Order: sequence, then structure tokens, then C-alpha cells
Amino acid sequence: MSSHALIELLASFVVLTGLAVPLGEWGARLLADEARPTTPERWLYRLAGVDPASDLTWRAYAAALLVFNLAGTLLVYGLERAQAWLPLNPAHLPGVEPGVALNTAVSFATNTNWQAYAGETTMSLFTQMAALTTQNFVSAATGVGVLLAVIRGLTRVSAKGVGNFWVDLTRSTLLLLPLAALWTVLLVAQGVPQTLAAKVEVAQVANATPQVLAVGPVASQVAIKQLGTNGGGFYNANSAHPLENPTPASNTLEWLAILLLPAALCFTFGRLVQDRRQGWLLYAAMLCILLPLTLLGLWAELRGVPALAALGVDGSLGHLEGKEARFGVVSSVLWSTATTAASNGSVNAMHDSFTPLAGLGPMWLMQLGEVIFGGVGSGLYGLLLHVIVAVFISGLMVGRTPEYLGKKIEAREMKMASLAILLPSAAVLVGTAVSSVVTDGPAALGNPGAHGFSELLYAFSSTANNNGSAFGGLTVNGPFFTLSTAVCMLIGRYWVIIPVLAIAGSLAAKRRIPTSAGTLPTHTPLFLGLLVATMILIGALTFVPALALGPIIEHLQLMGGAS
Amino acid sequence: MIRPTLVFLTVFTALTGLAYPLGLTALAQLAFPVQANASGLGVVGQAFTGPGFFEGRPSATTPPYNGESSSGSNLGPTNPAFLDQVKVRVAAVRAANPTQSGPVPADLVTASGSGLDPHLSVAAARYQVARVAAATGRPREVLDALIEAHTEGRWLGVFGEPRVNVVALNTALVRLAGVAPDHDAR
Amino acid sequence: MTARSLEPAPRPLFERAIVAGAIVEAFKKLDPRRMVKNPVMFVVEVGSFFTTLLWAHAVFTGQGDTSAGFALAVSIWLWFTVVFANLAEAMAEGRGKAQADRLRKARKDIQAKRLAEPRRGAAFELISSAKLLRGDVVLIEAGELIPVDGEVVEGVASVDESAITGESAPVIRESGGDRSAVTGGTRLLSDWLVVRITSEAGQTFLDRMIAMVEGAKRQKTPNEIALDVLLAALTIIFLLATVTLRPFSVFAATQAGQGAPVPLTMLVALLVCLIPTTIGGLLSAIGIAGMDRMVQANVIATSGRAVEAAGDVDVLLLDKTGTITLGNRQATAFLPPKGIDVKELADAAQLASLADETPEGRSIVVLAKEGFGLRGREVKDLGATFVPFTAQTRMSGVDLGARQVRKGAADAISRFVTSQGGTFSAEVTAIVEDVARQGATPLVVADGARVLGVVQLKDIVKGGIKEKFAELRRMGIRTVMITGDNPLTAASIAAEAGVDDFLAEATPEQKLARIREYQAKGHLVAMTGDGTNDAPALAQADVAVAMNTGTQAAKEAGNMVDLDSNPTKLIRIVEIGKQMLMTRGSLTTFSIANDVAKYFAIIPAAFAATYPQLKVLDVMRLHSPASAVMSAVIFNALIIVALIPLALRGIAYRPAPASTVLGRNLLVYGVGGLVLPFPCIKGLDLLLTALGVFPS
Repeated sequence: MSSHALIELLASFVVLTGLAVPLGEWGARLLADEARPTTPERWLYRLAGVDPASDLTWRAYAAALLVFNLAGTLLVYGLERAQAWLPLNPAHLPGVEPGVALNTAVSFATNTNWQAYAGETTMSLFTQMAALTTQNFVSAATGVGVLLAVIRGLTRVSAKGVGNFWVDLTRSTLLLLPLAALWTVLLVAQGVPQTLAAKVEVAQVANATPQVLAVGPVASQVAIKQLGTNGGGFYNANSAHPLENPTPASNTLEWLAILLLPAALCFTFGRLVQDRRQGWLLYAAMLCILLPLTLLGLWAELRGVPALAALGVDGSLGHLEGKEARFGVVSSVLWSTATTAASNGSVNAMHDSFTPLAGLGPMWLMQLGEVIFGGVGSGLYGLLLHVIVAVFISGLMVGRTPEYLGKKIEAREMKMASLAILLPSAAVLVGTAVSSVVTDGPAALGNPGAHGFSELLYAFSSTANNNGSAFGGLTVNGPFFTLSTAVCMLIGRYWVIIPVLAIAGSLAAKRRIPTSAGTLPTHTPLFLGLLVATMILIGALTFVPALALGPIIEHLQLMGGAS
Repeated sequence: MIRPTLVFLTVFTALTGLAYPLGLTALAQLAFPVQANASGLGVVGQAFTGPGFFEGRPSATTPPYNGESSSGSNLGPTNPAFLDQVKVRVAAVRAANPTQSGPVPADLVTASGSGLDPHLSVAAARYQVARVAAATGRPREVLDALIEAHTEGRWLGVFGEPRVNVVALNTALVRLAGVAPDHDAR
Repeated sequence: MTARSLEPAPRPLFERAIVAGAIVEAFKKLDPRRMVKNPVMFVVEVGSFFTTLLWAHAVFTGQGDTSAGFALAVSIWLWFTVVFANLAEAMAEGRGKAQADRLRKARKDIQAKRLAEPRRGAAFELISSAKLLRGDVVLIEAGELIPVDGEVVEGVASVDESAITGESAPVIRESGGDRSAVTGGTRLLSDWLVVRITSEAGQTFLDRMIAMVEGAKRQKTPNEIALDVLLAALTIIFLLATVTLRPFSVFAATQAGQGAPVPLTMLVALLVCLIPTTIGGLLSAIGIAGMDRMVQANVIATSGRAVEAAGDVDVLLLDKTGTITLGNRQATAFLPPKGIDVKELADAAQLASLADETPEGRSIVVLAKEGFGLRGREVKDLGATFVPFTAQTRMSGVDLGARQVRKGAADAISRFVTSQGGTFSAEVTAIVEDVARQGATPLVVADGARVLGVVQLKDIVKGGIKEKFAELRRMGIRTVMITGDNPLTAASIAAEAGVDDFLAEATPEQKLARIREYQAKGHLVAMTGDGTNDAPALAQADVAVAMNTGTQAAKEAGNMVDLDSNPTKLIRIVEIGKQMLMTRGSLTTFSIANDVAKYFAIIPAAFAATYPQLKVLDVMRLHSPASAVMSAVIFNALIIVALIPLALRGIAYRPAPASTVLGRNLLVYGVGGLVLPFPCIKGLDLLLTALGVFPS
């Protein structure tokens, strides 16, 4: 592997860590229960008739969350359908077709940002802003809220409530907003458009007719889709588009934004549970899985496609189909694993055209449940589910009822954690299975053979884990896929959130067990190893057969020259 | 629960869905009028055909370099259709550049992710120098210097790849030929 | 208290009668209504049934997706898998049953003498013990069996309790105090007792014991329930992973244009290999065996929950006497003031103690004999009169004619010598204070008006106890000594024994308060107790071990009864509790880690026709797809049998901090579980090939 690849990899993660640690500390100050609401916040609570000091039980918290998310989904659906009559539609786009509109509404409310449409030719500027950008903020804020509820579950002793959803939602939005504004300005400076025009005309060098470029308020949407682990691009090509991501500098900024908040929240967590080592451990666990898969992807992509070399193609820069020349293999692979580790789903290269093992990494990162960084908030609370399983197994192995941060892990927590880990996996497998036998599945494929299977597997891995990226060759705007993926997105989001909140509620009600030599410390390399091994083992055992029939067999075919 | 839902949804739509993008649009239009309106030179790739121009990446959009509809090919590496496509492109590149005997730079025969890639690798630009020199009558040294002048390195020496903006390169090439520079995007 | 060792010789794992009975029982347990309680093994049974149908289908129609022979072989081994798991459970239950049968012999229906009034002389009627009600009063005389559990209201008698405790030495039972409880099924050896019945037939201590060791009343413990949830979730995940493999393979075969969908027989085989059958099959055996180990340690737990809680305990409240120190104080030194020969003091002290049958008194006689060669003499040979200890004089001794030798507390002796015209010197006072400061008890000896000096009585800390406490500390368990001594004495003994904390001048109320205090801080507290006044504290403690010699109230309040009445048993109980959890956790890890090798065996085999390239994943280079699947299935079945002894015995337990224990168990059962199946499956493959089962 070239030294440049390793240097860019290393530099990227060093910068990420350097930014995430202070941001995490700032986040902890902003999100802590002790933080006092500002005056505008108090006006907002008064307007909404919410007492910010009131504490909700986990059930009430979940109910508020679900109603708010449902209302958001309906609003997006309504705006999409009605966009023809709404302002800021300079391209005079018609209302969005019902299947796609529903799929998109669910997709943005669940923080998935799966796109069954091409942005620049489907959504009016008003829809992009008022519907989609809003959801980019509040869906991420919802995730942070659930995480805060879990943190309260771990830190409170014999408490009934897990916090106030409306306060968490507001606080988290206030965390996202200044960051998004900063990123918008930085991206515009790099050449990302930010205008209310829908089109600009550019003279062509070799052609008398001008080239028409779709534009709009791109930078503001890109900033939050990256920071909020949303991923839904303004353009169809997402961050591969030279206007959505014009330079290596903008690429670096956008890459950082993918991982920044999920990484920072680890440190926020450490600070809020008053044991920073716990935050570092979770961060280290994430890197332990992300880095090897990134290296695997780099190796596979730089190695290239033997069949192309046989045709006389110079493979020294690696496999470039679907990649942008300004990013090349290294920045593209780094992005591909980051965007799937975090449940971002934006792309700066076409994953469908990746070599099989470089495609396997992203696919498996999603299948692990979007817990390696994962969504803003959702990644960390998802990872805590795996921590619960790891703590449980290790607790038994040391002969003591398992406990995490002083809270006993008992049957109820195991039930909920199992449910939350199980259901998205089930949705991936069942979705892929159904789509591989009904006629709509094979008919939608962009590639034949094992790669075609990978397209289906990727689609359901992405939607059931709220990632949103795709093997783009698959045609997903038909009724079968818009509906089945919408169901998967709902399962992946709410059938995790509800059990997680239930865990938060039951943990909050527990006493705290004092630590002793008999307590298994959860900040040690040993526990790190166990946690990582648990995640890898469960993830591998669940998905190895499917992966064997997709990327693994395709890799063997690629190397064997067969097709 | 209904009242807070309606209030928060309305307030956040106004704040994050309207105030945030509109406010930043105003700011961007004031502070970065060129970038905010996609008006730089070669911000998006263009189609170049004919031996007198440096050719860019193959584009998977219809028509190629369609600025209103970006897209990659999404063809997988084991797809026979993909291999056939590359085979045809390799043959075409070889035919157009008969003096080049080495392997064809990969970016000349593989489609970009967006279909709008304005860049090429330095090697791919150099690969075309002999052909362009022959077609335009410009000395190869001049073209080499032109490529060098339009080569951008990695950001901070670390991020991204060294590259040549094909639109800017061809614009300079046309200027060199004395054609009025009237196609700056505006 | 008996001298039984803390580690009783374990009963052999495989007794012929138990194994034979267990094999029969293993087949009886195939009843689906019983199997459904164990979801993992129920899935295996359904799978076995399904492959058997596939075999029948292949035989009768002549067509199946695999050969009939293969389907039959897979079916047989899948049924074996279920039977082996049942065998493990039956073995564990069988061991309990053997114990229960012994106990049941003691529970006979006998004729009891029901008294009309609670006194010996009252009229009585003969009534079947089964008809006795709570509150009835019965008379039991020498040679008779005690009908059901009760409380002595009148009389003193010696009772043979060997039917329950296995201890042949008789014990004294009397009314009032802490030795008033009698147990049904035990035999009166002498005298008579009037007993008030405290529990009715069928609910006696003996009945509870039988139910417990038989596992009839065994309820799942909290951790077992949580583990069940995890295992069920894993089973569902693997069920989905294998079921979806069928459509996946249909798609693959269509796309590849070669091969066929994965045969259903092979999918069932894969499913059974993947779901955690090893732990699923052994889980209940581990639980039963844990209870069995308790029984072998002569501890009867009233629930599995209590056994499990024992593993979580992090504070042990231990009674000083009997647990930390030997039963009683002993004389350890004679300390005369200047001018008095130590031998004279020893002689006088021995004289004063000759007729003193208290352990302290005897220890003085022994110390004088061993230290100064003074032989014990008989009081009556010397013509001496014994002056016993009374609450008024607070001293004892002998009168030899006019000579009055006395020993007692400093103030009592001081009064005595003053009354005799002597003086209690400042030097003796200094010695007395010095001894007390060291945590010992000073006993002053006087011969008439002369004070001869001080006998130092000391609590003797049991040998090895300090090391034991250090071990507990490494495990994260705090030890707290409970004593009625004054704080000074208590502190000294606490330091000598190495306990973490002590509660001096303890009253039952203080004990209770201290337990609550620990619990409020989140600790789990274990304690032992025997007296009625211990009952509130026992009821409050998370793990409460009542001594079998104790009162009925104490036994009712505790959640375990130690038949040996050995307070040190608490430590063993904690170990058994931990060991049970560790065995479960380690075998779970082992079971899941095993799956990796099975994938390497089965996935290439399942897709051999569609994607022959997957052969590279067959790192074991197995003979053929059929032999690969068979080897994995056979391994999966045999590993259950191979691990039965481990499940029954529990995994090796050594006290160490949690991280050390985890590291060791992860290495053995995690890494071991990952590696072991590879050579085993390869070996089975070679064996099957060598036997010609799969022709090459």
C-alpha cells in the first residue's frame, strides 16, 4: 500500500480526534442537565406549554418522540406532494409521486436519507430546505435525545424519569446549528453553491451552447447532511458532484463532519458519566473495527481489477470507475468506510463500482448495526447495546451478576438489547431474501451475478440500519422498493429507539453498585478486546453466509478472472 | 403532546428549514459571490471531443456532462458490460493516441462518480500531449508547461490527488491559439 | 459444630445407577411439551423431526434434495444432539434424586401423640403425622421419630439428626434459647420432648430439602433468565441467517446458471450447528449441579436465586466466635507482678480452675500443665471445695481448708483481697490494663489476701483465616466481624484476623442497621446466624445462612441452612455461587466461538455446486461436502457429552480480581472455543473417510 494512503489515513484520524475531544467537552457542557436554559429557549418552552424542569418516564419520553417524528414525517410528505404550489420552485418541478414521497419522508425522519430520487430533478428548493434540511436537524437531535436518556439511565439512582424530550431536542439542535453554519461558510468558500437560483448557465469551451448547471442552497444542506449523519445529497451524485464537494479541502471538511459528532459524543458520554476512560474506550472500540476495514478497502481498491490490467489499463492509481480524479482511491475509500460506519450514507464515489472487498467493508459496517460511530446519538446508544451484551457475557464469566457503570444488567436489559440488535438484522436478512425471489428484485438490478446480490444486500443493510447510501445501480423508485425499504427504515429506527429507552428507564430506576475488586472494569484493553470481539463475532455469524454469496464470491471471481 | 409537537415542528422548520439556509444564502452571496453562484472556471467538467482538445473522463450522464443530472455508471468490476465498455474505450484511446504504447491511464477509460468530473490525473493529461500537439501544432514542451501550470497538488500535501482541471487546461489551450477568451462562465 | 472439612470429597461424577437412569430419562424428555421449555433444544428437536420427514420423503418418493442416506445420517445425529442435552440434565437431576431418596426414607408417616394441653402429663391421642396441624402439640419419647418440624416447649433430649445432616453425633434439643428447633424425620435418642408443630406435613424442612435436591421446585434464576433471552435471540438470528440462505441460494443458482438451491437437510444441519446448542443443552444441568454442589457442601438453599445471589455478595458479616476465632478464649500467659514466682501463679491458677468446666477454665489447667509441668489434680482428692462462679461474686475458685484461691475479673478480685485485708497493687492494675489493651481478657488470681498475678485469656484466631480474608479481598469482598466484645478487644482481633471492618458490642438492632447501611450503598450482604434474635438481620441480608443447630425462627428467616452449622461455610457458598455463573458464561462463550469453524466447514459445502470457488474457505480441506456437514454435526453433538462433566463439576475456580478471571476464562473458553473445533472436525472427517462412510 502506498505511503500516501497511510499518511492520509493517519492525518485524517489525528485531526478528527483532535477536534472531537474538545467538541465532546463543549457538548457535555451544553447537554448536561445542569445547563440553564437561555431566555429564547424559555420563550419557546412557554409557547409550547412545556415545563423544562419536568421529567418524563421512558414511556412518556418515547411517546413524545414518536408523535414528534410522526408529525415531521407527515409534514415532509405533505410538502413534497404540494411543492408545485409552494414558493421557491424556480425549476417548476411537479409534486413528488406518492411512493417516492412517502419513502423520502420516512427516510429523512429516520435519519436515513436513503434517496429513491435524484435531488436536482425531483425536489424544489423549498422542499430541500423546509422539509429535508429541517429533518436533517431534528432527526439528528432526536438521536442525541435518546442518547441523553440512556446516559441519565446510567447516572441517575433510583429515578423514575429519563429526562425531557423537548428540552433534549432543543439543546441538541442548538448543538448542531452553529456547527452547520460554520461548515456552510467553509464549504461556500471552497466553491459549493449557496443561492436561491435553480440553474446557472456556463459557457462551454468546445461547444457554442452553454452548459446548464443545477444549483440552489447546496452548502447549507450539505453542511447539515454531513454533520447530522444524514447523508442525503442535494445532487444525485451526492458528494461526488463537483459542486457538492469541489476540492480535496472541501472533501476533508465533509469527511470530518461525517465522523465529528459521533466521535465527539463518545467524549461527551465519558464526561457525563464522570469517567472519561469509558468514553475513550468506546471511541477506541469504534476505531478497532473501522481502521482494519478501511485498510482492507484501500488494499482492494489500490490492487485494482485484474481484468482491466489485461485490457491494457494502467492500474497504478487503483480502480477509478465511479471515482472522482480529485479524490482518487484513498479519499474515496476513506469516505466509504466513514460514511457507512457513521450512519451518514453520503458518498463521494460510487460504491456499486467498488471492488468487492472495498464494497464488503461498508456493507458490513452497516450490518453491524450502525454502531461504529453510527448516527449522531444513535450510534453511541446502539454501541451501548453491544456493551450490554459484552458486559453480560463477561459478567457471567467472572461469576457475578453483570453490571455496567454500577448498574446491574438483568433480564429486562438483555431482552431489550437483544430485541434492538435482532430486529434490524432480521429486517436486512428478510428484506434481502424477499427481494431476491420476487420478480421486482432481480428486475431492478444494475449488475448481474453475485454483484447483483450485493446490490440487494446493500440496499437492505443500508435502509434497515438507517445509513442511506446505496449500490446505486439498483433501481429503487418502484413500489416494491419504496415500500419495503420504508418499512426497513422504520424498523431500524424506532424498534431500536423504543427498547433503548426502555433500557434507559429500567437502568434509571436501579441502585448503583459500588465498585470493588470483584467489579469488572470496563475501561481496560481486555474489555475493549471483548467488546470488539463480541461485535465482530455476532456481526460475522449473522451475515457471513450472505456476504459469502455477495462480495466474497465476487472477490474470488474477480481474482480468478471468472465472471 | 399535540401542542408541543406543533410548536416545536413549526419553530424548527422556521429556524433550521428557512432562517438557516436563507440567512446563510445572504451571507454567502455577500462574502463569496463567485463561489456561491458556481461561477468559477471549470467548476464542473465539460465534454471535449476532437484531437485538438484534452479529453476528460468518460461521463455516465445522458448526454455526457449533463449539468442538470449527475450520475455514475454504477457498473460493478465483474460486470461483463463494464469490461466491454472499458475495452471499447481502450481501443478508442489507443486509436486516438497512436504514438502512446504504454498502458492507458485508468481515468481515461473509467467513468467518474458524478459524470461531471472536471479533472484528470497528471498522467492522463500527459498521455494526450502528443496527440494535441499534433492536432494544434503547438510544441509538446509548451503543452507540458501548460499542464504543469494547471496541475494542483494534494491539499496540504496530504489530502486528495494531484490533478489537472481539463476545462481550465483547454481554456488556456484555446487562449494560446489566439481565440477570444469569451467563454468564461458568467 | 463438626470438624467436617470445607471441601468434602466430591461424589464421583458417574455413578452407574445414576447414568443408567439418566439415559432412560433422556429419552422420556423428548416429549415436546417438556422440550419447549428450552427454546434452543426445542429448535433442534423440530429440526430433527423435519430432517426425519425429509428422509422419509426421500425413501418413499425416491427423490429428495439430498440422498436418503445423508438425510438419515443427519437426522440420527440431530436426534442424538437432543438426547445428549437431555442426558446432561437427567444426569444432574439423577444426582439430586439419589440424595432425595435418602432423605425420603426419613419421611415416614408415623403415629404421633397429640397432647390436649402443652405439658407432658396431659392426655394424648394417637394421630397420623400427616394429619398434624400447625400449632398442635405432641409428645415424643426416647426412640421415637419426630413427626414434623416444631419448636420444643418443654423438656431436654438428645436427638439423632443424621438423616438430615449425615452427622452421627447426637445433638441436644431443649426448650427456650437457640436450640429449640426440631426437624421432622429425626429420632429422639433419650428423654422426652413436648413440641409445638410449626409446619404441616408436606411443607416441612425435609420436604423442602427433597424438593430442592430433586429440582422439582427449581425456578430459573435471574441470570439464567437473562441468559435464556440472549440464547433465544441468538437462535432467532441464526434461524433467520439459515432460513434466508434458501432464497439467497435460489437467486445465486439462477444468476450463476449452475448448481441448485441449498438442500433443506443441509440448512437444518447448519442451523443446529450454529445455534448455541452446547450451552443450551447444558444450561439446566449447570443450574441443577450448582444446587447439588451446595447440597454436597451440606447447605440447603431455599432457592436457586439465593445461590446465584451468593456469587454477587460483596460484604460478608461474620460472627467472630466460631468463624474467625476458635470457639472460646484460651489462657495464653501467666503474668505475675515482681516478687512472685510465675510457677506459684500457675499453680494457684490451676488450682482455682480444677473444677471449672468452662473452656476458659480448662485452658488454664492445660497451660499450667504444658508450661510448668503442673499435673491436674482432682478437687475431691485434695479435699478441696469448689466455689462456683456467681453473678454476685463474679469469681470462682477452691477452698483448701482455710486457704481461699480465687480467680476473676480485676474489680471482683480487688474487692476480694481488700476484704481479706490485702492490697491490690498498682503494678497488678498496670498488668491488667496492658492485657486489656492487647485485646485479651485479664483474669486476676488471688490466694487469700495475696494477689499472685494475671492470667491472660486470648481469642485464638483460626489458622489460615487471614489468608482466606486476603483472598476474599482480592475477589472484591469485604469482611466485617461481628462481636459482642468491646471496641478495643474487637479492634485488636480484627487486626490480627485481617478483616476489613468490625462491629463491636453488637446488638441485633445494630446488626440489622449495619446491613441496611451497606445495602443502601448498593452492597449485597451475606451473613450467618443461629439465634432467634438474629432473625431480623437474617431476613434483611441478601444471602442469609442459618445454622441447622439454630432456632426455627432463624431457619425461617434465612434463605439457606447450613447442616454443619459451620459459619465459615459462607465463604464456600460464595464460591459455589460464583462458580455456577462462571460455568454458564464460559460455556456460552465457548458455544458461540465454536460457530466460526462450523461456518468454514459448512458454507463451502453448501455452495459447492453453485460457487465452487468458495472451496478456498474450506481451510480444513474436508473430504467432501457431505462429510464436511456430517463432521460438523457430529462434533456439535459430541461436544455436549464431552462437556457434561465440566457442567456438573463447574469450571475451575480460583479467587482473583475480575479482570484476571475474565482474561483466563476468555483465553480458555473463548480462544479455546474458537480453535478446538477445527482439529476435531478435521479428525471426524478423516475418521468418517477412513471408515469408508464417504467413498472417495
